Amino acid sequence: MAENLDQSFEESSMSNEEKRKINREQRIQIIAFAFMIGITILAFLAVGSEQLPGVFTIPFILFLAFVQLILQLYYFMHLKDKDHGWPNSFMISGLVLAAPMVVSLILLIGIVKY
Amino acid sequence: MADTADLSKGLPTNPEKATLEGKNKFLGMFVFLAGEVTMFATFFGTYLGLRDGTAGGPEPADLFQLPLVFIMTMILLTSSLTSVLAVYAMKKNQFQKLKLWMWVTFLLGVSFLSLEIYEFVEYYEHGLGYTSSAFASSFYTLVGLHGAHVLFGLGWILLLLLRYRGTGVTLSNAPKFYAFSLYWHFIDVVWVFIFTVVYLMGIGA
Repeated sequence: MAENLDQSFEESSMSNEEKRKINREQRIQIIAFAFMIGITILAFLAVGSEQLPGVFTIPFILFLAFVQLILQLYYFMHLKDKDHGWPNSFMISGLVLAAPMVVSLILLIGIVKY
Repeated sequence: MADTADLSKGLPTNPEKATLEGKNKFLGMFVFLAGEVTMFATFFGTYLGLRDGTAGGPEPADLFQLPLVFIMTMILLTSSLTSVLAVYAMKKNQFQKLKLWMWVTFLLGVSFLSLEIYEFVEYYEHGLGYTSSAFASSFYTLVGLHGAHVLFGLGWILLLLLRYRGTGVTLSNAPKFYAFSLYWHFIDVVWVFIFTVVYLMGIGA
């Protein structure tokens, strides 16, 4: 087997069915990308227009960032696919740990100390 | 297991996970990225805690330029898409396309990094040194850490592209290209939060 690892292939073993599936997936990825560009422009417009109050803008752009996080993780990094159980549990536990870390650091060095 | 991959019909459908080594790299990459999530969280928390401590120096709203940040964001987002397209080309055994999209990713990454260096030089000339204020230190550390990740990613993909320039997709290089694409998407996710939390909130708040 080891000698096969560096062997290149004449063709792919994909069946026509698999090829159709992968091409469809690729189109969905491009749509997800267009959507990400759209919400990025929306976030910049919300701040750049200077028409909206900060109480609205900040939760709004944080929400857009969260939507983009989900799109990147689940589409571009394929967490939505099957056989991604362990990757899902690693990334989710990372995020679950990250949230209280950010909050406690803001409280400890931002509010308590000053 | 390596022995179960059927190679008689050509490249397996998911070449990055066809061998045990590939599967381990795939899983190990996610363990690493989960650790990176928590590391970046500490830097974000520190920045958010210290960003009001400007010590009479330049403030976020005086420095940040939306057009420059917008261009950098678009460049990095696009490079994320090109690495997705590279991985699809890899799965379809189209090695030339894989190389082409990875080179595009590399060039977009280089232009992103050049803009970031230009940005830092500009801020320095506006009087924001690394030790000017608590805001300055935490800003340079957070954004600089992201820039260092981009630099590392560029070295990584350059090495892969040079080493495998003439080999075609194999079971040993497919997991490596795939791991790079995961890393690159993660860098993009971090940037999404940097442009939101650092730049947009710095200007809008």
